[in-house]
Amino acid sequence: MTNPWTDIRNTDLVVVMGGNAAEAHPCGFKWVTEAKAHRGAKLIVVDPRFTRTASVSDYYAPIRPGSDITFLMAMINWMIQNDKVQWEYVKNFTNAAFIVKDEFGWSDGLFSGYDPEKRDYDKSSWDYVMGDDGFAQVDMTLQHPRCVWNLLKEHVSRYTPELVQQICGTPKDRFLHIAQMIGECSAPDKTMTSMYALGWTQHSKGAQNIRGMAMLQLILGNIGVRGGGMNALRGHSNIQGLTDIGLMSNLIPGYLNIPTEKEVDWTTYMSSRSFKPLRPGQTSYWQNYSKFMVSFLKAMWGDAATAENDWAFEWLPKLDVPGYDILRMFELMKAGKITNYFCQGFNPLLAFPNRAKLTEALSKLQLLVVMDPLETETARFWENHGEHNDVDSAAIQTEVIQLPTTCFAEDDGSLVNSGRWLQWHWAAGTPPGQARRDTWIMSQIFLRVKKLYETEGGVLPEPIVNLTWDYADPNEPTAEELAKEMNGRALSDVHDLKDTTKLLTPAGKQLVNFSQYRDDGSTMGACWIFSGSWTEDGNMMARRDNTDPDDAGMYPNWTYAWPLNRRVLYNRASADLKGKPWDASRKLMEWNGEKWTGYDVPDIAPTSKPDEVGPFIMNQEGTSRLFTRGMMRDGPFPTHMEPFESPIANPFNAQMRGNPVARVFADDAAQFATSDEFPFVATSYRLTEHFHYWTKNNRINAALQPEFFVEISEELAALKGITLGGWVRVWSKRGSVKAKALVTKRLKPLQCGDKTVYVVGIPLHWGFVGAARKGWGPNSLTPFVGDANVETPEFKAFLVNIEPATGEAVS
Amino acid sequence: MNIDLSRRGFLKLAGAGVAATSLGALGFGDAEAAEKAHVRAFKLASTTETRNTCTYCSVACGILIYSKGDVAAGEQATIVHIEGDADHPTNRGTLCPKGAALKDIVHSESRLTTPRIRRPGTDRFDEISWDEALDKIARALKDDRDANIVLKNDAGVPVNRWTSTGFLAASATTNETAWLTYKTVRAMGIAGLDNQARV
Ligand code: SF4
Repeated sequence: MTNPWTDIRNTDLVVVMGGNAAEAHPCGFKWVTEAKAHRGAKLIVVDPRFTRTASVSDYYAPIRPGSDITFLMAMINWMIQNDKVQWEYVKNFTNAAFIVKDEFGWSDGLFSGYDPEKRDYDKSSWDYVMGDDGFAQVDMTLQHPRCVWNLLKEHVSRYTPELVQQICGTPKDRFLHIAQMIGECSAPDKTMTSMYALGWTQHSKGAQNIRGMAMLQLILGNIGVRGGGMNALRGHSNIQGLTDIGLMSNLIPGYLNIPTEKEVDWTTYMSSRSFKPLRPGQTSYWQNYSKFMVSFLKAMWGDAATAENDWAFEWLPKLDVPGYDILRMFELMKAGKITNYFCQGFNPLLAFPNRAKLTEALSKLQLLVVMDPLETETARFWENHGEHNDVDSAAIQTEVIQLPTTCFAEDDGSLVNSGRWLQWHWAAGTPPGQARRDTWIMSQIFLRVKKLYETEGGVLPEPIVNLTWDYADPNEPTAEELAKEMNGRALSDVHDLKDTTKLLTPAGKQLVNFSQYRDDGSTMGACWIFSGSWTEDGNMMARRDNTDPDDAGMYPNWTYAWPLNRRVLYNRASADLKGKPWDASRKLMEWNGEKWTGYDVPDIAPTSKPDEVGPFIMNQEGTSRLFTRGMMRDGPFPTHMEPFESPIANPFNAQMRGNPVARVFADDAAQFATSDEFPFVATSYRLTEHFHYWTKNNRINAALQPEFFVEISEELAALKGITLGGWVRVWSKRGSVKAKALVTKRLKPLQCGDKTVYVVGIPLHWGFVGAARKGWGPNSLTPFVGDANVETPEFKAFLVNIEPATGEAVS
Repeated sequence: MNIDLSRRGFLKLAGAGVAATSLGALGFGDAEAAEKAHVRAFKLASTTETRNTCTYCSVACGILIYSKGDVAAGEQATIVHIEGDADHPTNRGTLCPKGAALKDIVHSESRLTTPRIRRPGTDRFDEISWDEALDKIARALKDDRDANIVLKNDAGVPVNRWTSTGFLAASATTNETAWLTYKTVRAMGIAGLDNQARV
């Protein structure tokens, strides 16, 4: 989230699309009802299903799963056609004025540079025209035919309300009504907020869905302001933190990158990361990349990371593919290329697509290690549970070690919420039996591996034996010690860069924040964006002062928000070119003639003049981007793409299947279905009473929602002779499940051109262990393909068939 | 707006006061001390209150956990009650049906309590000691790493990439666990590191 949960109270309009906050994030959704009750805010819901969020909305429209880009591009088109644009914001705070190369273009659903063989784009034309002065060329009048604004205008002109009706199945009048409501928020003193979740991410073009809304929000001037923003509601309690700390194949903490093979050494790696400003006088804060990276390497390897050995850069793995993401790992596992696999609090047998493939892959491992507080299906993938897990145990040679861990209530430490608050919590109970903390387990595993290398020798022991391990009790580092490492400390005296006689932090002390990170080896810090969270003043994440000056919704002294305790990202954009708030009644930051003041920590150098330095300081442009250059694999603008399994051909290019640059493994491509065989669209969702596959282990939640069901419309029920509460079989090209049928008015058939589309809703909370009745998840059915940029699996739009089935009588 | 006097402290005082005044006023004399010893303190007055957050979604509602015993003081502690933290700015004491049932996930029958091993081809888990389990894991890691880590690619560039062992981390663990996990997994050269953010 760019903004905190508590800021939603400041909005005029909430758009929930790609999420269902009332059911999946109930206590956060409370702030929507607060805004409705006290500000007269309105709520719009666009969803295939009339959810509980929709039931309290002011306006609802249905949409076909997987067609969001068309809806959003049409929305942008309508704003442009009807002059619902926050012009001062668009001209100055976005890259609308930047001029793009002549070679860039779009036709037949594809951008320039497409190579069907490689399933990839040559992105060299997706860039700005550079001037002789070394800066990107701009036309502040927006008259130049090749400026981003005019290219965007042309790009979205294809997306008409009629096309929305045809592709999305959203009635034209509903679309137009929503456009009018959203259009009002282009006024500088009106704001809209976007709340979304996995309904947007779990598509083969999920990242482009989100960009679509981000662009709309920029055009309306709603980023960086109170009551605005792009608000990813996020899933698990610390999914934000694990992303921040970079526990992903291609990441290093703080959104730095694991090198690729092309980055053969430190110099080459850094040469593409100079981040020179593209316009005069801009901040381009990533110019500090080397300071963050060297401090990270010093946190890893301490004295063994020196200027002479390029800070031990060579010890990091280098990637030969974009990433060894989970889909790729299971593909390799199925091919017998993975020996050992660890699942720390992760239940991939239910969380990843195509369960049959997952079981086959796990069966080829030598060793599976599961660390979890609870029983999981993954730990017992080899156990026969009749139709719910029909495996032959004797044929499965995988050894499984299951290690009991503590749960949240038995552990200290911090979690990052969706609003980027790092909240420290404390242990309250004794772990059951022999359960141990993950920190102890990881230390034990690591120390034993290290000992083997020390006693036996082996291949490349250096990164292991030299890993910094200066903990008071080497067997179990404390949360405090680890948190301090993430903040960073001075290894030798740190001086002011401008006035080198001025000592900022003496050797051995915690750094004040990441502005003190250095690339000369004088500082260590594991995660630069968290720096400031544990200083010499103590643990900022433990703060619990809930005062909220002028009820702004910022709570500046409650725990700690990264970066720098900033509560709203891009908050300088809440004020105009003179530094005056767009809306005086909703001031966030203001220029007082000398510096930025207000309710938040300014997201800009405090003395940067408002008419000189742009608000998007992380970008080389100093502006936000309506056009993303070559930063996304599937296009600098979002363009309509169908799901890989769709009842409809892409109207821009009937030959194009799914996302043309998404990675597809051969076996999986063979398992994609067409609508001739599988005529119905399925989508997955969550229920209020359950959290993923955990709460079925809890008798209360299991009693509240005891049994697996699928949800269908009355029309589909009539078509297939299915009765409410009766058994049905649902199958895809990859698997089959049996469920009770929930026949409702919440789903209605969608009319997409001449095609009637029926949707089957599949909740995801059942498996074969726990206190609830045994069942299945949607992953028995879903396709094994991910988003082209981030490989998030396509769970939200795929094809199935359905028929009545027999089973025990309805109770 | 912070609570200066914790509810627990307040109840302790109030509880003792009620017992003292009512017994004293009735003039029970010698019986008083014995009787007073039988007055049970309010449940919340005899517990330790600990601040925590809901383990499920990233609304991250504040919770208060009440335990018999105090882990911070090195005692054994059993969790007896969990409720919303009324002072938390986001949830202001409210919890959804998941958060409201948190105590029962802590005490779920599905909680794991001992290391176990499922041997190849069998249909059950057997108990195993921590030491044996950890030594087995370390040995498996070392053997696979020594056999399969790629030190250089065809062009002779050092790549130090180990792809035949993979690690899925948990997005419900703390940042501190995450950092320790990152550090140890990357030091070994594991490329297949991921977490639920991928889903
Ligand atoms: S109580 Fe509900 S809304 Fe709050 S954090 Fe837990 S799961 Fe999320």
